[in-house]
Amino acid sequence: MHAGRRLAQAFAIARRCTSSASSYPQEKRSLTRWYSTALNLHKDSPDNNPNVPWDFTPANMATAKEIMSHYPANYQQSAVIPLLDLAQQQHGGWLPISAMNKIAEVLGMAPIRVYEVATFYSMFNRTKVGKYHLLVCGTTPCRLRGSCDIEEALLKHLGVERNEVTKDGLFSVGEMECMGCCVNAPMIVVADYTKGAEGYTYNYYEDLTPKRVIELVEILRRGEAPPPGTQNPNRFNSAPAGGQKTLLCEPKPPPCRDLDAC
Amino acid sequence: MGCSRRIISHLKARPFNSSLSSIRDESFLCQWYSRSSIASASGHRHHHGHNQPHEAQRPSNAGFSPKTASFFSFRPSARWIATEPAANHASTSTSAVNNAVLEIINPNDCIEVFVDGHSVKIPKGMTVFQACEAAGVDIPRFCYHPRLSIAGNCRMCLVEVEKTPKPVASCAMPAMPGMKIKTDTPMVLKAREGVMEFLLANHPLDCPICDQGGECDLQDQSMAFGSDRGRFIETKRTVLDKNLGPLVKTVMTRCIQCTRCVRFASEIAGIQDLGVLGRGGSEEIGTYVERAMASELSGNVIDICPVGALTSKPFAFTARSWELKSTESIDVSDAVGANITINSRGPEVMRILPRLSEEVNEEWLSDKARFCYDGLKRQRLSEPMIRNAKGRLEPASWYDALKAVASVIAKSSPDQMAGIAGKVADAESMMALKDLLNKLGCENLRCEGDGLRPTADIRSDYLMNTTIYGLEKADVCLLIGTQLRNEAPLVNTRLRKAVRNNGAKVASIGPAVDLTYKHTHLGTGPETLMQVAEGQHPFFSVLAKAKNPVVIVGAGIFERADREAVMAAVQKIVEKATVVKEDWNGFNVLLLNASHAAGLDLGLVPGVGVSTNWKESVKFLYLLGADDTPLNDIPEDTFVVYQGHHGDHSVYRANVILPGATYTEKEGTYANTEGRVQQTLPAVPIIGDARDDWKILRAVSEVAKVKLPYDTISALRARMLAISPNLFRVDELEPSSRWVPDSKPAAPGKVDASPFKSTIENFYMTNSICRASKIMAQCTAAFSGSKG
Ligand code: SF4
Ligand code: FES
Ligand code: FES
Repeated sequence: MHAGRRLAQAFAIARRCTSSASSYPQEKRSLTRWYSTALNLHKDSPDNNPNVPWDFTPANMATAKEIMSHYPANYQQSAVIPLLDLAQQQHGGWLPISAMNKIAEVLGMAPIRVYEVATFYSMFNRTKVGKYHLLVCGTTPCRLRGSCDIEEALLKHLGVERNEVTKDGLFSVGEMECMGCCVNAPMIVVADYTKGAEGYTYNYYEDLTPKRVIELVEILRRGEAPPPGTQNPNRFNSAPAGGQKTLLCEPKPPPCRDLDAC
Repeated sequence: MGCSRRIISHLKARPFNSSLSSIRDESFLCQWYSRSSIASASGHRHHHGHNQPHEAQRPSNAGFSPKTASFFSFRPSARWIATEPAANHASTSTSAVNNAVLEIINPNDCIEVFVDGHSVKIPKGMTVFQACEAAGVDIPRFCYHPRLSIAGNCRMCLVEVEKTPKPVASCAMPAMPGMKIKTDTPMVLKAREGVMEFLLANHPLDCPICDQGGECDLQDQSMAFGSDRGRFIETKRTVLDKNLGPLVKTVMTRCIQCTRCVRFASEIAGIQDLGVLGRGGSEEIGTYVERAMASELSGNVIDICPVGALTSKPFAFTARSWELKSTESIDVSDAVGANITINSRGPEVMRILPRLSEEVNEEWLSDKARFCYDGLKRQRLSEPMIRNAKGRLEPASWYDALKAVASVIAKSSPDQMAGIAGKVADAESMMALKDLLNKLGCENLRCEGDGLRPTADIRSDYLMNTTIYGLEKADVCLLIGTQLRNEAPLVNTRLRKAVRNNGAKVASIGPAVDLTYKHTHLGTGPETLMQVAEGQHPFFSVLAKAKNPVVIVGAGIFERADREAVMAAVQKIVEKATVVKEDWNGFNVLLLNASHAAGLDLGLVPGVGVSTNWKESVKFLYLLGADDTPLNDIPEDTFVVYQGHHGDHSVYRANVILPGATYTEKEGTYANTEGRVQQTLPAVPIIGDARDDWKILRAVSEVAKVKLPYDTISALRARMLAISPNLFRVDELEPSSRWVPDSKPAAPGKVDASPFKSTIENFYMTNSICRASKIMAQCTAAFSGSKG
């Protein structure tokens, strides 16, 4: 194909996607993350610098020790992912640099090796997130079923950009790739960090509409827990909406079993 | 000697400056006083070009630069070749395509594979990649580096193996018996082209402004294996540049994520600073938190980076690699004697690169050796100077300067004279200094850093007898009074290799330092040493049980007043723990200065009659580049001659300055801490009116009427041959005699309780060249305090 035409096409696609995904101005958008990870670089800030003391709570330290006991003494660094997760839950959904340093110390590994892991996995947040971190699925099935509109509604309602935290510190909106729930697309995940590591939940909300997602936000704001799973009243779990459409009777056995029938 | 005759006749044929007819009869001085230094310099080089007896002994890796050689030149002396002396093993060689020769240690441990239809026998456990190399077939690569662990992430080394459906990454695939490897099928060519296209998708096309241009693996391999166009039309990604300090410049957008630098930092340099951050399209190399790369080996990442992501900051935009002249030489910044290539353009040294030498520096170089070259252009002494009656140094002619020195020599009595050879003096000039002073009847000679009562009786007493290469086999090592990492970074990497490969246990007595690997710090001073010597310390039994035990004593001990007592304690350890065995000599002294071993070999030690407080009565002091000797305790009226290349500490006290040449400007012999003799070659002309150091001493001798009997460097070397034959065998290691316990005197004196001091306060500032270097000053500012 002619390169120029393909270039034009590519740009058109890019424009369509970005304009539907976000309604905020172009220059602002360029500041946000294009990939699911943020800057692979730490910048000191008042609440995130190596001098801010950080430690596991005694209860979480016990959990950490328990996790570490699963691994042989010379492979303690294998526990880095669960420990990062624990630290993230304890610290309201994100990992300050001192938490990563602490984990490096606990596991006896070089800090850079912890940073490598933390930057690799997009579920580790290295910048502040809201108490409720809302992750909109951005993969094809959800996109086809309107996840762009879901995100747009959320951003507009909360008055934030992607990965920005609301003024009250309660919400932030991020993007995730397919979370295996395509059958009920579009969906979001609510990571709830309001109750620390003990009461931490990570719930899927499926079959969303822009209207319903805003209702969910308001329920969360009130401190209530909306029922997770599908938000379509006509659907049970991931069964077809409005009742079963297939397998309505006992299926016939395969013909080879009933040789007479054929 | 035939060669020396030839040089002499050549010199005779040169027209001399007839205006100096008064001293014309002496051909040496005639040449000397001739102000046309250019003519003499070119004449010198001329005969050099005709007559380089040592040149033939250079290893065959001439011109090797780790940047360019990675795939275009297959080195037959590849690394898996038998490393033991061949006599110990039945060794056979296989010859495959391209005449590559592979020595096999144990023929029974071999497998046969076929590379492009040629059968090749290789030791078990080698990879497909190595099998291809053994067969003389070059495989393009980016991430594979023979001295680093295998990453297998660039995919450039894809080859076809019969009966496998897909191309395989040869660097990460073990070779199996009977494997049929194909490296030039359409599938392989297409695969390489595809990988190239992917690598270039996000690589900026900024070769015209990239310092790696001309020595870039990506450029070369894309020419050889890539397509002439790519299909990627989207916007290329950009990556934030990282600040790795004053030495390494980063343009991270050019990075192809081969992770060589990350592996080098963590495996060889032993610093856990660099990492791979992020993933997929946003993967990048960085430190995450802003920090300079605090390693004394950081410059090596410039060489191993296959693209222009990591380049030299001081060299940036100063020259193109193809306009540089390469001269193979030796580094003098420490006693390791790393092999280097000096890249120069006209009269200027543009950069210094390591040269492959398996025995000494592998292919690494310390930052000091690599980056001190800008010091060669600053603070240089370019003309003779005499201190006038007002106490100011004034430029003078050579004639006057030499006369001034000679007149003082005539007036001083031999027992009031002294000579000190500095840290970077070459063997030739030390020989001339020794001969000069001895002819005058003076025995008071010493090398800098040798303390009050130096001895040079037994060669194995001051050398690294295990050899640098031999350290790799160590399994237990005791460091006494040495900060290996600062004193000899490349020896430290060898020991680190032993720790990584054989799990060697390292313990140190002396100042606590971060050696970049796990070690036990037993104590800080002689007290602990005595405990080990008495066998009371638990470490003693560890050492005694070791198969290949190693003891390394730092040359800092030489400066202590209780030197003999400390050395006696060390000898006790060596004897009791059988550190020296039939086939293993684990007793080592790590010298600090490039000149030291040759100086001791030549016997630059005070004669028996010289008292230890000679400084009080000294009237005539000849400093051969000695800048680290304190001069505040010599009498006011001492006449100090400073012969050297830099206006450093000693010129403040000097009465006469005789400008000499730096190691990049002269042909000089050096012996490293293991006694390996190597030579520097002139890369750039000597600046101003300065001269070769041995020639200055020769001229002094003549004016002082004690003419030294050599007019050429070959004649001088013949004289060295008479004193210390090993110094004549360039690029060879004369094994030191086995250590003889009986010859040691009974433990003299008592050890003093003061802890062993650190010998090097600042790694970047150890000699006059470094102290004149701006880059080294920047390093000092950036890294001071970050290292023990
Ligand atoms: S910076 Fe250079 S050496 Fe390091 S990963 Fe990138 S290309 Fe490889
Ligand atoms: S695409 Fe959204 S969950 Fe799979
Ligand atoms: S060289 Fe084999 S994958 Fe890079």
